[in-house]
Amino acid sequence: MAQFIMIVVSAVFINNFVVVQFLGICPFLGVSKDCKSAFGMGLAVTFVMTLTCLITYPIYTYVLVPLKIEFMEIIVFIFIIAAIVQMIEMALKRFSPTLYNAMGIYLPLITTNCAVLGVAELVIDTSQIASLIGIAAGSMNIGYAVLYGLFAGVGFTVAIVIMSGMREKIARLNIAKSLKGFPIAMITACFIAMAFYVFALI
Amino acid sequence: MKTNVKKIAKDGLLSSNPTLKLVLGTCPTLALTTMAFNGIGMGLAVTFVLICSNVIISLLRKVIPDKVRIPAFVLIIATFVTIVRLALDYAMPELYESLGLYLPLIVVNCIILARAESFASKNGIFASACDGLFTGLGFTAALTLMGAFREILGSGKIFGFKLWNFSIDFFGSSAGAFFTYALFIAAFNALSNAVAKKKRAAEYKAAFAAELISDCCAEARPVECAACGDVKEGVKKAANGADKKASDGEKTETEIK
Repeated sequence: MAQFIMIVVSAVFINNFVVVQFLGICPFLGVSKDCKSAFGMGLAVTFVMTLTCLITYPIYTYVLVPLKIEFMEIIVFIFIIAAIVQMIEMALKRFSPTLYNAMGIYLPLITTNCAVLGVAELVIDTSQIASLIGIAAGSMNIGYAVLYGLFAGVGFTVAIVIMSGMREKIARLNIAKSLKGFPIAMITACFIAMAFYVFALI
Repeated sequence: MKTNVKKIAKDGLLSSNPTLKLVLGTCPTLALTTMAFNGIGMGLAVTFVLICSNVIISLLRKVIPDKVRIPAFVLIIATFVTIVRLALDYAMPELYESLGLYLPLIVVNCIILARAESFASKNGIFASACDGLFTGLGFTAALTLMGAFREILGSGKIFGFKLWNFSIDFFGSSAGAFFTYALFIAAFNALSNAVAKKKRAAEYKAAFAAELISDCCAEARPVECAACGDVKEGVKKAANGADKKASDGEKTETEIK
């Protein structure tokens, strides 16, 4: 149980994917103009990240490592992610058209989201992930990998929803011409990052 | 078809700089600019991948079917990223270590896919190679400048050499990364606005000299007459524009401090 809480706190707050590790910045800035679509994007990314960890971790540990072709990991991972996204899209279209319409446009974007490839690369880097979630270096397994993927996605959702809420307010303000658009969004992100920085001090 | 290298160079480095103008490839930009050297390393790695993938995609642009072009591009890019990764691990293990997770993530760097899609798949080999080189250099320059800025302010060092004992920890943190990036884009916007304004003012001035629009001030056309007034104002503004914008940037900086 303590281990579970440690993973949640580490993945969602201390090492938040967006504002601390800078992964998935593109959707964080691009799809955060209103709360509703930000939440949809967050859910879609969380789902894909969890599934990705579930598939890439065993493939790396039980296929690539025994065959000694670890250097193929980038190519294999990116194709797995593309396939997952494609299959989710088809499944959603078939079984839940409402959900498909709700997050349809965000799904293809997820393939090139660095948060997804980032989490796949992170969970196979045994020494780094072990120090992030505070377990012994050799005891990494698929359960931890999937949990980390899930809560990293939750962390992404939390960050993007906070960001969209702030941007909705900021959109009504009158700001300098050269700060409009990306710069003001980055400054907003700067304050969110400061807030998350507090968790790192725990 | 003659390749306009000068235009490609200007596009890649300034008018459509991937980092400052298009705001692509933000993740490595924010994460790796804590030190100027990391910025150079990441920039050159991306430049290498960009040139190689642009050349190969340009070579194969008539072979790859339109429907599967994106997976094909990704496969080509992933291959070169793997090459860079293995080469860096062998030749410069320290840099490999500090780039860490962001090295494999070059695959999903939007700059490379954007150039493949919008330039290499439509242009010849030489033009594509030039485009890759200059877009990559634009990225490298922006990353190095931001890295130097953050390194000097955040740790009082430049390329690892100690300058002084004064440092503001804020610029080394993740919040500082966002703030520095915002500052750089804002400064770049302000500068390019000022340049564009000056250019427009010069054009209007030339038009005035030729008395091309002087007759619009006749009573019959009040709407265009108002435009004339704007034009005169515009000339005046452009002269002050540059200084004004520069002081604006400084102001925001001091306010935050």
